Amino acid sequence: MTTAAPPQSRQRAETAAARAAGVWKVYGSGEAQVVALRDVDVELERGRFTAIMGPSGSGKSTLMHCLAGLDSVTRGQVSIGETAVTGLSDAGLTKLRRDKVGFIFQQFNLLPTLSAEENILLPLAIAGRRPDPAWYATVIDTVGLRDRLHHRPSQLSGGQQQRVACARALVARPEVIFADEPTGNLDSRSGAEVLAFLRRSVTEYGQTIIMVTHDANAASYADRVVFLADGAIVHELTSPSADAVLDTMKSLDRRDGR
Amino acid sequence: MLRASLKSLFSRKLRLTLSVLAVVLGVMFVSGSFVLTDALGRSFDNMFSSSMTSTDVLVTAKPTIDVSELEGESVPGLLTAADRDRVAAVAGAGQVVGEVQADGARVVGADGKVVTSYGPPRFGGNWTGETGGLRLREGRAPAAADEIAVNVLLAELGKLKVGDRVGVLTTQPKQVFTLVGVFGYEGGLPSRGPVQEVRFTEPVAQRLMLGTPGAYTSISVTAAAGTDAAALRDAIRAALGDGYTVQTGAEAAAAIAGDFKEALAFFNKILLGFAGVALFVGSFLILNTFSIIVAERTRELALQRALGASRRQVIRTMLVESLVIGGIASVAGLAAGVGVGALLANLAADMNKLVLAGIGVPPAAVLGAFGVGMIVTLIAALLPAVRASRVPPIAALQEVAIPDRPLTRLTVSGSVLAAAGAGLITWAMAADGDTAMWLLLGGVLGAFVGVALLSPALARPTVSLLGRLFSWSVPGRLGRLNSGRNPRRTAITAAALMVGVALITGVNTMLTSVEQSLRGNAAESFQADLIISGQESPGVLPTFDAALLPGMRRLPGVVSVAAEYNDQAVIDGEPGWAKAVTDLPAIVRDLSLPTVAGSLAQPGPREVVLDDETARESGLSVGDTVSVRPTRGEPAEYRITGVYQRVEFYGGYVFGTDITAQMRSQQPSFAYVTLASGADERAVRDGLTALLADSPEMLVENQTEYLDRQLGDVAQLMLMIQVLLGLAIVIAILGVINTLAMSVLERTREIGLLRAIGLGRAATMRMVTVEAVVITVFGALLGLVVGAGLGAVMVRGLADDGLKELALPWAQMGTYLALGVVVGVLAAVLPAISAARVNVLRAIAHD
Repeated sequence: MTTAAPPQSRQRAETAAARAAGVWKVYGSGEAQVVALRDVDVELERGRFTAIMGPSGSGKSTLMHCLAGLDSVTRGQVSIGETAVTGLSDAGLTKLRRDKVGFIFQQFNLLPTLSAEENILLPLAIAGRRPDPAWYATVIDTVGLRDRLHHRPSQLSGGQQQRVACARALVARPEVIFADEPTGNLDSRSGAEVLAFLRRSVTEYGQTIIMVTHDANAASYADRVVFLADGAIVHELTSPSADAVLDTMKSLDRRDGR
Repeated sequence: MLRASLKSLFSRKLRLTLSVLAVVLGVMFVSGSFVLTDALGRSFDNMFSSSMTSTDVLVTAKPTIDVSELEGESVPGLLTAADRDRVAAVAGAGQVVGEVQADGARVVGADGKVVTSYGPPRFGGNWTGETGGLRLREGRAPAAADEIAVNVLLAELGKLKVGDRVGVLTTQPKQVFTLVGVFGYEGGLPSRGPVQEVRFTEPVAQRLMLGTPGAYTSISVTAAAGTDAAALRDAIRAALGDGYTVQTGAEAAAAIAGDFKEALAFFNKILLGFAGVALFVGSFLILNTFSIIVAERTRELALQRALGASRRQVIRTMLVESLVIGGIASVAGLAAGVGVGALLANLAADMNKLVLAGIGVPPAAVLGAFGVGMIVTLIAALLPAVRASRVPPIAALQEVAIPDRPLTRLTVSGSVLAAAGAGLITWAMAADGDTAMWLLLGGVLGAFVGVALLSPALARPTVSLLGRLFSWSVPGRLGRLNSGRNPRRTAITAAALMVGVALITGVNTMLTSVEQSLRGNAAESFQADLIISGQESPGVLPTFDAALLPGMRRLPGVVSVAAEYNDQAVIDGEPGWAKAVTDLPAIVRDLSLPTVAGSLAQPGPREVVLDDETARESGLSVGDTVSVRPTRGEPAEYRITGVYQRVEFYGGYVFGTDITAQMRSQQPSFAYVTLASGADERAVRDGLTALLADSPEMLVENQTEYLDRQLGDVAQLMLMIQVLLGLAIVIAILGVINTLAMSVLERTREIGLLRAIGLGRAATMRMVTVEAVVITVFGALLGLVVGAGLGAVMVRGLADDGLKELALPWAQMGTYLALGVVVGVLAAVLPAISAARVNVLRAIAHD
């Protein structure tokens, strides 16, 4: 189905790729109750690169997990494209992950037993789909891994591993790619390569990416940055510079300190 | 430090339970068999000493043929009335009773069939009154020649009532008696042990059971008032001289009980053998568990090392842990063993009409349980402990990465051990007796350990090859890759299964080869159209009336009926068997026996023919004489008139009919019937069966039916071995569960990742299942190869003993392979469920 379709384009940017409406996430109960998300409303547009930022404990990871259907919400609604995520069964979630969502994690992204190429094609293989050869070639060239395809993850550097993970997320052309601190474990040069690649896939191929990060420099690659503090959205910036992001973060820290 | 490690040990409850279970099963077998044999042994003691309550001194003749339990039956010598009178003349002798008792009184039950026995004797004897605890329950003692009394057990089994006319088969053809009495024993017992008893009047007992008028098998003496049993024994011994065994009642009881205990000890050895298999397989599981625990705790151990623990301390803690596990397992195993032993003892007592002398826990059970349980655990833990001590302190600071150590050393030592094992087995085949058994045991053990060491090297290629079968699906391919990840762990898990499958396959290969060799030879040379032979009958060879032979020969279509008589004899100084035949030329023709020397005409009086191998071994040839001592009558010299070539199922000394007069039974036990071409086999069979109406134990069969029945025992033996070795497979399953549970735990993050990129629950379970199946099929394949190899080595070793063909039990081997798949699927159930339940979020969360 999506294999035959052209890359998602900006024409559909009006409909949100992912949406949270009145989302609460509460852990524990009574005295020990911790509110991770309080009444979060957010729409993340198609074809854009959105960063979710915030100090640690702000709930940014929780928000992403809830949006991606990895975690359940206490109250409110989450949807990806036309699909309501809230209330899906495990089978439904599995199908959602197969068809509409791609993931890039901070670490443990790849299966050590499979080669880079096999790792990239794994989601398609699991879903029982064949890759579109042209698109596959494009992705491989974009991430610059053509000569590393038959290597095992243990034979790749950290940056290369993350680029394989990016290629894997991209090759299935999901509606949304969720990236959880994708550069958290990388040195700045490798991190920059990965971020540049994510940026390109949004700009050139219209991919939707939602990235959680605490790194202002990483956030500066995004079209839009959403700031969380104490489980609520407190601010947002559009096409910010790294400095602007840093300033906002500082002000959030001050707010926290008060 | 110890407390810290024990704490972390007990936090791994499931894994501990699984490995402890393996030891518990083995220990249970060990202690259970000791408890069982102890309880039965004491019960037999009680039974036999109660049978001697009215005997102060027992006199028996030295046996005519004296052989051990395993070589066959000893043939007791006979005493005469003159002996009895001499005993009675000894001062201090009170009541002197001549007793007749011999196995082989087969009673025809109300249903017209012979009351069978699964092994215990069916004694026929003389009525000697209510002595030795015997109590008449119904009717009266036999007084006339056509009257008998039977024990309650036999009356119940045969559904016989006082007043019935009852047929009894003895050394003579069936004779009919009136049942006048039913007796039991003190304490309300229906019999003394599971023994069927028929009591005749004395002359009848002597004629039918011993074939010798006036003979006794023992003389029971009570001491006159004031005479000591031991003193009386010495006096009688002095009066009788050589050739007699004179014992006090207590000694005699102990001697008889001793024979039973020998049989029990043999039984005990078999049980211990299976316990050994269980523990051997279990030790793989423990070894694996400890390896896993060490791998899991690398960081913890490295931290301890960094904090100053020495290598020796690390080893010591690991070993103490293993002793704790071994101790717990031994206690649990001992408790379970006492329970199982008591249960089995009660069952056995019930079945054998024994009064159980109470369940005790013999020291052997306790020593065996703890010795075996702790030592096996300790040995299995040694290797992982040493490995644990080599964990460098730096490992505490790094990501845990177990370096892929080269397998060269393992592979080399494995090859050497396996080769040494094969060598020992080959050597064992040439040796004999106990030496052979120990060599064989050592060889098999060496081969197993060798192959187990080789298996990691074999695991990689085999597993990747096997895995290709599953590679058509993504979960299958992932599962296959997972099983190839840790070849040591895969191999050791598979090794446990390998041992069980190899043992079964090895035994099966031997038995199949035996069967094939027999059938092959039979098809080549067995020409007899019909065979008359007796059904399986412990203690005695069933016979039929020799007087029927002329009638058989007169049946239309019958060309010849060659009857064969069998009895034990001492020939050329060696205890063995003698056959006497009515028509040697017919047998030579029916079995296609080639003549090697002399003539194979029917042997005349004092003439004998023998096979070439026996002739070679004894250095005998045509014209020589050989001394023969039959069971009844005096030794005599026989002249060798011919030598034939030995075949698979025919060999030994063959006499003419003159010797039958000195056999215990003068009736034939076997006959080869040759039919004219075009004869109506059906009609002849019916005719023969009708003639044999009074010999309900005899069967008329054609060649195929006869062989099938003979080989039926082989199949039954096989089934029993399979059931017992099933235990090894159960333990192997525990091992697979253990390994898989570990794999799932280690790969929680990976599974989470896979789930995140769209692997469904069912597919996750499939992945784990494939991993399990690849491991178990690998184990089963190894087992099949090793088992077939062991079997082949043994068959080759026995080639000289007539085992000419090596036949592999393909059908069973296929079954075992399928079993491997089933075991894998079963073992995967729990780990697969836990893998499917992995929480995606928790698995990928970064810390």
